[in-house]
Amino acid sequence: MAKQLQARRLDGVAYNPWVEMAQLTSQYEAVNLGQGFPDFPPPDFAVEAFRQAVTGDFMLNQYTRGFGYPPLTEILASFFGKLLGQEIDPSKEVLVTVGAYGALFTAFQALVDEGDEVIIFEPYFDCYETMTLMAGGCPMFVPLKPTPAQKGELASSNWQLDPEELASKFTPRTKMLILNTPNNPLGKVFSREEVELVARLCQQHDVVCVSDEVYQWLVYDGCQHHSIASLPGMWERTLTIGSAGKTFSATGWKVGWVLGPDALVRHLRTVHQNSIYHCPTQAQAAVAQSLERERDHFGQPSSYFIQLPRDMQSRRDHVVRSVQQVGLRPMNPQGSYFFMADISDFRNKIPDLPGAEDEPFDQRFIKWMIKEKGLVALPVSFFYSKQHQKQFDHYIRFCFVKNESTLQAMDEKLQQWKEQLGA
Amino acid sequence: MFWAQRRLCSLGSRAKFLKMIYSPKIFRLSTSARMSLKFKNAKRIEGLDSNVWIEFTKLAADPSVVNLGQGLPDISPPEYVKEELSKVAAMDSLNQYTRGFGHPSLVKALSCLYEKLYENQIDPSKEILVTVGAYGSLFNAIQGLIDEGDEVIVIEPFYDCYEPMVRMAGGTPVFISLRSKRVDGKKWSSSDWTLDPEELASKFNSKTKAIILNSPHNPFGKVYTKEELQVIADLCIKYDTLCISDEVYEWLVYTGNKHLKIATFPGMWERTITIGSAGKTFSVTGWKLGWSIGPNHLIKHLQTVQQNSIYTCATPLQEALARAFWIDIKRLSDPECYFNSLPKELEVKRDRMVQLLESVGLKPIVPDGGYFIIADVSLLDADLSDMKNSNEPYDYKFVKWMTKNKKLSAIPVSAFCNKETKLQFEKFVRFCFIKKDSTLDAAEEIIKAWSRQTS
Repeated sequence: MAKQLQARRLDGVAYNPWVEMAQLTSQYEAVNLGQGFPDFPPPDFAVEAFRQAVTGDFMLNQYTRGFGYPPLTEILASFFGKLLGQEIDPSKEVLVTVGAYGALFTAFQALVDEGDEVIIFEPYFDCYETMTLMAGGCPMFVPLKPTPAQKGELASSNWQLDPEELASKFTPRTKMLILNTPNNPLGKVFSREEVELVARLCQQHDVVCVSDEVYQWLVYDGCQHHSIASLPGMWERTLTIGSAGKTFSATGWKVGWVLGPDALVRHLRTVHQNSIYHCPTQAQAAVAQSLERERDHFGQPSSYFIQLPRDMQSRRDHVVRSVQQVGLRPMNPQGSYFFMADISDFRNKIPDLPGAEDEPFDQRFIKWMIKEKGLVALPVSFFYSKQHQKQFDHYIRFCFVKNESTLQAMDEKLQQWKEQLGA
Repeated sequence: MFWAQRRLCSLGSRAKFLKMIYSPKIFRLSTSARMSLKFKNAKRIEGLDSNVWIEFTKLAADPSVVNLGQGLPDISPPEYVKEELSKVAAMDSLNQYTRGFGHPSLVKALSCLYEKLYENQIDPSKEILVTVGAYGSLFNAIQGLIDEGDEVIVIEPFYDCYEPMVRMAGGTPVFISLRSKRVDGKKWSSSDWTLDPEELASKFNSKTKAIILNSPHNPFGKVYTKEELQVIADLCIKYDTLCISDEVYEWLVYTGNKHLKIATFPGMWERTITIGSAGKTFSVTGWKLGWSIGPNHLIKHLQTVQQNSIYTCATPLQEALARAFWIDIKRLSDPECYFNSLPKELEVKRDRMVQLLESVGLKPIVPDGGYFIIADVSLLDADLSDMKNSNEPYDYKFVKWMTKNKKLSAIPVSAFCNKETKLQFEKFVRFCFIKKDSTLDAAEEIIKAWSRQTS
């Protein structure tokens, strides 16, 4: 073929850094604290809900309503309606998608046009950039920056937005802003003031806010999650994205959702009906039943939304403590599945790290750590724009949402590493 | 809009929050007039918001309506398929993410099955992609390979999503209609509907990026013959065009017909994406799993779309599907194999529908494959005068009237046509017959009573 075979919308979005990581991980049988998914089961009631969905009415094996299985859209509307202080119409203001990933894609395709600008905070979940590019948009990056730590303690809360810098990124072409709280990979939970700042600017500049809240229940130390859509003036311009996978530790179900005003969601419906049309029925039925259970236990000690963060907080503490033994400097996260650890001390400790000249330090470090130390984490430069990768090439991301035996195996590897340091 | 809620324990003080709503500061900031501009949809979806299924499934949702409209079975999937899913639901390891381009055991099963059909090796990791239904494969193929200004040949009538998907990718659909020759004195068959080779050739030019082929065809049930496929293949090769071959009904072919894969024709593997569907293969449309098979230099672009859209499909469903495949792969020539038993079961239903429609003076087009049957309903001469909206094609009005007054639903065939050709097909209505006997019994009663009324 004379001209390019593939569509130009794929330019710049074909490279997949995760493939190499996955290969290395399996090659070296390392302890996997890299990819963000639990290695423990979903709660019993969720497993039971899925079992019922697949052994019950055989018609659940067939198509359901394209925009969402009705019992699921109803519970999403009523449950989140209460949380957001908003009466949500299940048929017009809720869209069920293939994971939160699918919700993000649908939102970008529906609203971002050639030349539209999209404000993205760095570090960011990597698909925000590629989805912006695939929709013909221009990502405008705003880095969160670590401020000097109080009492020497490193924490995700130290990383902040510069309000003036953020305000300067808004132009007449700004269509959208992506807010991810709790944040992947940093683990930051945006404070009320920070969320209000973002809200003010979105309203001032008439921008749509896409709020990725997949980790909304994973908040620690009594931290509060703030949904920007619940702020005055924000419901009408916000798309709030959630994930059954992260909510119920069942990432393999791939059920996500968007909540928002019909004026916006209708455009996502158009994309949805012209891309995948329906989501699998039985997984939706299982999520609906699981949410109904949580609604009935809301605020009680038996609630999974209380038990999960409590359990994950202790795992977080365990891993944060452990990695310090080998000289990694973790940034204690307020939420999410992850924390970042500063590895800048290792620049001097391992001067001859193999790897290409222009390969970011953290990527070379990770490959070395997988091969030599049997531990997998992810290089944070994957979560930065090309322009800022060099500045932020000294952090790695750990996922601590793992079972006890994985953490034990991690401790063994860290112990060996520590011993090697001593020698 | 805002309602006071008492049970908001974990998200802080409602009262403080409600005070903020009425703060004058807020009203100064939001301006609804300005809002409307920014909230406009992206150009790529302009004009693509309407959808025939939304309207018609809503109509047929009334439980008193006998639904022969949407193509979904109301019969149970085979027992062993349901069993595999229930076994898989109990396995913890399958509740987390799997490989994005397809769960390993599933792509292996697909490669094993299709290697037999293609009589060639198929690399499970590079030449197969698992998608969210065949619909998702169509989307990935079109988004991955069709650009602004590319022309895509679409054969009418067409499965309705082809046109909006091509437009959403910035492509220009170029239509060509199937045409029927005269069939006096014999049963009208889907094979009587053909493409004129000269007319087809005239649609190809240097801008033609792809042709979308659907065989067995929805809605006619046409199964393209070797000669017909050769004509298409020759043109694809001559104009260096891609072929997107939608073969979701590949197992549903009736006696005297054989499904042929255009990708197996000389010179075609390297330019064809072949799409299949678990929903149609195992009568599990709600699992929403499909696949694309093709050469890596094409599949890799569909994989790029996948990693930037949904990333991965549901794990437990993929594992269950793999297991169902392994069961049937082991007994491909056995009459018990679902790929053999389902078409036998459906052929009986097809014949029943043909008889029924003929018995009331309708002219059905006997499908050679698929699970739909088309009939010319103008002969029923229904009184549609009370149906408003006279801009709609006859078959739209007819189906709405029939659903409302006769409690029988179907789908208007002009929904499968572009604006210009709707009138050509407006006398035709599509009935789905992958339905249990009691559903078909109920349909029979309605149709017979109706014909007694009009005679």
